[in-house]
Amino acid sequence: MTDKVLMKGNEAIAEAAILAGCRFYFGYPITPQTEVAAYMAKRMPKIGSVFLQAESEVAAINMVYGVSAAGKRVMTSSSSPGISLKSEGLSYLAGSDLPALVVNVQRGGPGLGGIQPSQSDYFQATKGGGHGDYKMIVLAPASVQEMASLTVKGFDLADKYRMTSMILADGTMGQMMEPVSLEKVEVTSYEKPWAVTGTKCERKHNIANSLFLVPEELERMNFARFERYKAIEENEVMYESFMMDDAEICVVAYGIAARVSKNAIVEARKKGIKVGLVRPITLWPFPKKVLLDAAEKVKSFISVELSMGQMIEDIELAIKCKRPVTLCNRAGGMIPSPKQVLEAIENADKGGKE
Amino acid sequence: MNKQILIAGFGGQGVLFAGKFLATKGLIDDKNVSWLPSYGPEMRGGTANCSVIISDDPVGSPIVSEPDCLIAMNLPSLRRYESSVVPGGMIIVDSTLIDEKVERNDVSVFYVPATKMAKDEGFATLANMILCGKLIKEISDMSFEHTTEALQKVIPARKANLLDVNLNALRVGYDY
Repeated sequence: MTDKVLMKGNEAIAEAAILAGCRFYFGYPITPQTEVAAYMAKRMPKIGSVFLQAESEVAAINMVYGVSAAGKRVMTSSSSPGISLKSEGLSYLAGSDLPALVVNVQRGGPGLGGIQPSQSDYFQATKGGGHGDYKMIVLAPASVQEMASLTVKGFDLADKYRMTSMILADGTMGQMMEPVSLEKVEVTSYEKPWAVTGTKCERKHNIANSLFLVPEELERMNFARFERYKAIEENEVMYESFMMDDAEICVVAYGIAARVSKNAIVEARKKGIKVGLVRPITLWPFPKKVLLDAAEKVKSFISVELSMGQMIEDIELAIKCKRPVTLCNRAGGMIPSPKQVLEAIENADKGGKE
Repeated sequence: MNKQILIAGFGGQGVLFAGKFLATKGLIDDKNVSWLPSYGPEMRGGTANCSVIISDDPVGSPIVSEPDCLIAMNLPSLRRYESSVVPGGMIIVDSTLIDEKVERNDVSVFYVPATKMAKDEGFATLANMILCGKLIKEISDMSFEHTTEALQKVIPARKANLLDVNLNALRVGYDY
C-alpha cells in the first residue's frame, strides 16, 4: 500500500491549485479539460471559495484579471479553442503585470478541431497568442504527478514574476489516471504591494492597467518587463535528461510525446543504438543551453511532437542549426506510436532521412 | 510483471469503470499503474476503450497499442484490436455479445458468456466485472487479494450498496 491516490490529470491540477492557495476559479466547459471545472465546482464551495462558470471564455479570463488585480491567487482552464478566446485577456494580464495560472489541455486543431490529444498550441503558448510583446511561463507536465507539482510551481512563478504561468498539457495528460501524492506541497507566498485592495486613505492608490498612451512610458514598461523575462530565462529553466550520457542521437519531446519516446528509446537501446531524451519541462523558457551542449556530442536530433512541427523550430534555434533535426509527428488528435519513434531513431542512426 | 491491458466495447458497458477498478487494484497491489480512456463525445453508444498498465517498472507511454490482454465486449472491438494483441497474449471475449470466434491461434482465448451470466445472476449490468474476474484469474501475477479494498475505492460512497454485487460478479468471473 502507498499513500498515493489514483487521479485524473485534470483533477490533480484542480486539487493542487487548491493546495497552492487558489480560492478563485473561473471557467467555461470544454473537452478534454472539463474535469478541472467539475472538480472545482464540487470542492470550492465546500471550502468557502469561488467556483464560477462564466458566460464565455472571454468573461472568464477577465474575471481572472479582476481577482488577480486584487492580489489573490486565481486560475482558469480551457482547451485549445477556448484559449484562443482567452488570448485577448492573456495579453491584458501581461500588459498589466498581473499573475495568473492558465491551463490549456490541448486538443486537435485548427478551428474547433477534435477532442483528441494534441500539442499544436505550442506556438500560441510560447510565442504569444495574444497581441503585443509578452511571454508566459509555459510548463509542460508529462505525468499526473507533474500536473499537480507544476500547478503549484506555476502559481509560485506567476506571483514571483507577476505574469501568467500556463500549464500546457494535452488531452492524454488530462484524461489519464496515475497514482499521485499530494501531501508534500510547499507554497511560497509573495507580498503584493501593487494589489488593488483599497487604500484606507493610508497610501497612494494602485491601478491595474495596460493602457499607456505615452510611447516613452510604454517602451520603458516593455524594456523593464523583458529584463524580468531575461532573469526567468537564466533562473527558471527546467528539463529532464534521460540516457543522455553517451547518446549519439538526442530525442526532444515533452508531455505525452516524451512518454512515448521513452518507450522507443528503451527499445532502441536494446538494439545497441545510443539514444537519449531531453524533455523540456519549461517550454518557455526553453532549455536552450542543454541542447546546445548536446549538439557538441550528438550527431542528430529528433523532435517528437503531436503537431505539424512547432517545437522543432526552437530546437533548431537552440542548437544554432549545428546538427540536423528531423521531425517525428502525428497531428489532428493522433499520437505517434513507440514503433514510429523507434523507426525515426533507427533512421537517424543510419544517418538517413534529411 | 508488466501487463498492458485493453478493454474495449460500447459506451455504457462499464469499460472505463472496469479499467479503473483494475488500475486501483494494481495500485493497492503496490504496482505502477496507468489508466487512459478513449471515447467519443457521446454519453452512451459509440466506441469506448480503456488502456490499463500494471507494471513493476515505472509506466512509460500510457497508451496500450500492443496489449498483452484484450477484453472485447463487442464484435467491432474484437475485430479492431484482435490483430494488435502480442503473440502469446490473451483475449477474453464476451461470447453472449460476440458470436464469432477469434481468428488468431497464437494467443490464449477465453469465451465467457458474461452478459448472459450477469443477467442470470441478477446483476445484468455487471458483465464488465465478470470479465475482470476472469482476467484476474488468468493473469498469473494477479490474485483475488485486495479486490474488496479496490472496489471500496472506485465505488462512490453514495453507491456503497453496490459493493457486494460487484464483488459477486468478480467472483463469478473468477470461478468461471
